[in-house]
Amino acid sequence: MRNPIRSEAEAFSFVIVVGLSALAVGVAGWLGGFWVGLGTFIGLGAGVVAGIFLRSEPRAGEPAIWERSSPADARRHILVIANETCAGRALCDEIRYRARGCDADVLVIAPALSSPVRYWASDVDGARAAAQARVDASLAALAAAGVRVRGEVGDADPLQAIEDGLRTFGADEIIVSTHPPGRSNWLERNVVERARELYDLPITHVVVDLEHEEAFLRSS
Amino acid sequence: MSAVAEAHAHGDHPPAAHASSRVPPVLLGMYLFIASEAMLFGSFFAAYFFARVSAGPDVWPPFRPGTEEQFHLPVYLALLNTIILVTSSFTVHWALQSIKRENRAGLIAGLGLTFLLGLTFLLIQAREYTRLGFSPRDLAFGSTFYGLTGLHGLHVFVGLNLLAYAFIRSVRGHYSAKSHFGVELPGIYWHFVDVMWIVVYTTVYII
Repeated sequence: MRNPIRSEAEAFSFVIVVGLSALAVGVAGWLGGFWVGLGTFIGLGAGVVAGIFLRSEPRAGEPAIWERSSPADARRHILVIANETCAGRALCDEIRYRARGCDADVLVIAPALSSPVRYWASDVDGARAAAQARVDASLAALAAAGVRVRGEVGDADPLQAIEDGLRTFGADEIIVSTHPPGRSNWLERNVVERARELYDLPITHVVVDLEHEEAFLRSS
Repeated sequence: MSAVAEAHAHGDHPPAAHASSRVPPVLLGMYLFIASEAMLFGSFFAAYFFARVSAGPDVWPPFRPGTEEQFHLPVYLALLNTIILVTSSFTVHWALQSIKRENRAGLIAGLGLTFLLGLTFLLIQAREYTRLGFSPRDLAFGSTFYGLTGLHGLHVFVGLNLLAYAFIRSVRGHYSAKSHFGVELPGIYWHFVDVMWIVVYTTVYII
């Protein structure tokens, strides 16, 4: 479901829709009597509610209030969302590449991956600890490369984690790191495409093949 | 602070609250407030429709006790009020669009007009109350009518206070194209009040 009043402009549009619906109800009630008017009222009301529920994709236009924040300083803000690939070499190389030649702040968010049952039972300590360990490994690698970086554990939903990161960090660009196609749950859920639809920011998708990297390290 | 140290920084004190909501707290508060208000109105509507369906749709408004005369509602006066309130939604929208373009005069004029329109609505409603010829004690009809319209009038009053506050701030030079949260939230609330009146007018006065 999409929030129908993400901004004053959308609330205004909602007033127009309700006004036109009321006009139709009024005409129906005037012509057909109480029951016709009540039926129209219920039908249109259900239609408006169904429209709100079914219209899940955001429309182009004015961003929601909470999407308008921008970084307070002039530094480039790079938001990185990664789970098990957090400390992958390809991701670290990409972050170093993106941060080079500019005064950049990097925030690495690792979603705390947990099963729905554990999530609802609030038994997420293990998942958060594992995510924190991945963040630590990533921060160590990036800090060694001279990148100004900090990290945190985020929501299990990567899109939610991005949104939280945008609100508290205000990114200029986003990097999403996943396993290769076929092994990535995020790619199966079209997380990258959905993030590109949701956010009007440059989004780089980095594929990290941990098995390949480990094999390469063993051989070299 | 180094990166690794920063990652462990909250080891000796409670970690910062984890932000899991998609919405800023202030806006979330307004949404929750509006949701609770919608439910409050819903309970009043439920009472109204229960009374109306129980009485039978063909005898609504009901007859005055002991007479053959039906209660009468000033439909056209309420229509005028509806037009006034819908117009005020346009003016508050105009006010916000103006400040987004750094047009302070438009902001002040829009908020001022919205306030005046809302005040006019309230005054007309107060005048209507004095001339209706029935009171909240007159059957379930009177109770539900005054309950619904009075509840809405109370919300208009609250909205007027919010608008007055935003108006004073705008006159004193507050708000800008990048910072106008203090106008946007009252605007959303005002649209909610407008939507509620449209529903009240349609159900109580028209059908």
